[in-house]
Amino acid sequence: MNATDLANQATAAANRALDLAEAARRAAEAAAPIAAAAEPFLYLLTIFLMACFVGYYVVWSVTPALHSPLMGVTNAISSVIVVGAILATGLSDGIAAKIFGFLAVTLASVNIFGGFTVTRRMLAMFRKKG
Amino acid sequence: MATTLSTLAYLVASVLFILALRGLSHPETSRRGNVFGMIGMAIAILATLLHPGMGGGGIALVIAGLVIGGSIGVFVASRIQMTALPQLVAAFHSLVGMAAVFVAAAAFYAPESFGIGTYGHIHGGSLVEMSLGLAIGAVTFSGSVIAFAKLDGRMSGAPILFQGQHWLNLGLGILLLVLVIAFVATGNAVLFWLIALLAFALGFLLIIPIGGADMPVVVSMLNSYSGWAAAGIGFTVGNILLVVTGALVGASGAILSYIMCKGMNRSIINVLLGGFGTTGGTAAAGDAAAGDRVPVKAGSPEDAAYIMKNAQKIIVVPGYGMAVAQAQQVLREMADLLKKEGAEVSYAIHPVAGRMPGHMNVLLAEANVPYDEVKELEEINPEFAEADVAYVIGANDVTNPAAKTDKASPIYGMPILDVERAKTVFFVKRGMASGYAGVDNELFFRPNTMMLFGDAKKVTQEIVQALQR
Repeated sequence: MNATDLANQATAAANRALDLAEAARRAAEAAAPIAAAAEPFLYLLTIFLMACFVGYYVVWSVTPALHSPLMGVTNAISSVIVVGAILATGLSDGIAAKIFGFLAVTLASVNIFGGFTVTRRMLAMFRKKG
Repeated sequence: MATTLSTLAYLVASVLFILALRGLSHPETSRRGNVFGMIGMAIAILATLLHPGMGGGGIALVIAGLVIGGSIGVFVASRIQMTALPQLVAAFHSLVGMAAVFVAAAAFYAPESFGIGTYGHIHGGSLVEMSLGLAIGAVTFSGSVIAFAKLDGRMSGAPILFQGQHWLNLGLGILLLVLVIAFVATGNAVLFWLIALLAFALGFLLIIPIGGADMPVVVSMLNSYSGWAAAGIGFTVGNILLVVTGALVGASGAILSYIMCKGMNRSIINVLLGGFGTTGGTAAAGDAAAGDRVPVKAGSPEDAAYIMKNAQKIIVVPGYGMAVAQAQQVLREMADLLKKEGAEVSYAIHPVAGRMPGHMNVLLAEANVPYDEVKELEEINPEFAEADVAYVIGANDVTNPAAKTDKASPIYGMPILDVERAKTVFFVKRGMASGYAGVDNELFFRPNTMMLFGDAKKVTQEIVQALQR
């Protein structure tokens, strides 16, 4: 084996390495949007699952006597969906989004104010003996 | 996309919402909890309004919506009768569902507002989340409308059943899934609205077979759905507060549904398939029983007043019939008079009494019954053996001893109040009709039972008059 062959082999190996690096770079590029999209989802999913556990334990600690007020409160807070409605109404320029956003804000507001009001009324009635 | 500051505000709001639920562990802390909830909501709304890029016109529109919706909400909620609470809650659930549909539509037509793409080019993942939020929201809406109509007496509470009902629902469910897949693949607007329409139909069809007295489960379940819809929208628009709150509400409704089902010893599937209380089998059992039974012992309100005057320990067992007759106020008057005579009065609440979880407790609280006199099933059951009198008013199936002994009974295995152990049982009832489950209550025929026939309110009023004499 002479020096020229060795040099040729080295060049070939180097070229192959370059090709591999290029393929790896392309693969990484292709995967990047998926990773970028998956990351916020996984982040939200983590929060979601944790919140499910918190909800589970907190709700079991609610006394059965207050299950109706519990429904009132959960009804009010589930209307936090108003946040999405406000963003749609305030941020978009499109007329469709503005109309849907406005309708959603109105419906959710009925719940927010109605839910907290009726819960307050219920809770005000729970009094101790004497 | 949310800024650091608004994310922080959403975090604070989430914690306040958790504290609002936490406060409900005791009546004394519950009022403060509700205030926490209101503060949390105010923070969430303000933080969103301060979002950079909010146009002046948009803010004006939002405030208009808040004022219009808020006034309607406060107006309705301050006027509603406490007996009508279940239908109010059902109506409110339908609004959350519809709001979820509208937010999904807004996100579909203006995805750039939420950073999930541009119109017609929304990211695939966001389309999945959007269609979930949309479908659950739409089911919540139409399901709650039916629940509202049944609870409010605008449609019959009787289950509506037809041939092939469950197969139709299953078919529609599969079709919905296919539409969702097609929508995620294409992002087509027509498919978006088809999903909404189909989910509306499905919500409607899912609730019509369920009978009136199963509504506590339905209301709890729709409460849960409204939470999952909010969480679905939260995923779509990438908002942690919606995701957290949706999970809290979803978990809460699911637990309440579970408690209600356990209170009836039925699986959620059994409740959802519906038609309970209409099967022909129970009628035969009733006929057989009626044949060689001793006649029931009927008494007058005066008799009842005399016996209760001499009683030491009295347990009142209220049911939905009490609420229908609006007898809670006069019931409390009766209890006050008996307490003056030196008796100890307490109230026994079955988990499924009333038309929504905890409904009886609210009605009694409204009639100024102190909450420490009102007890849950596990707590009060051992006390019946020591009780001189059990006063059953507007309840039936939840006192039926057949649930403990008769394996053929449709209510076998259901936890019941051990009313029959009391020395004397007064059973206030309009007539001898069977309860919701369509079964005879053998308690009527027991030697220690005295039937007080008549309207719950009228009978109790007459007892009050007799006690005052």
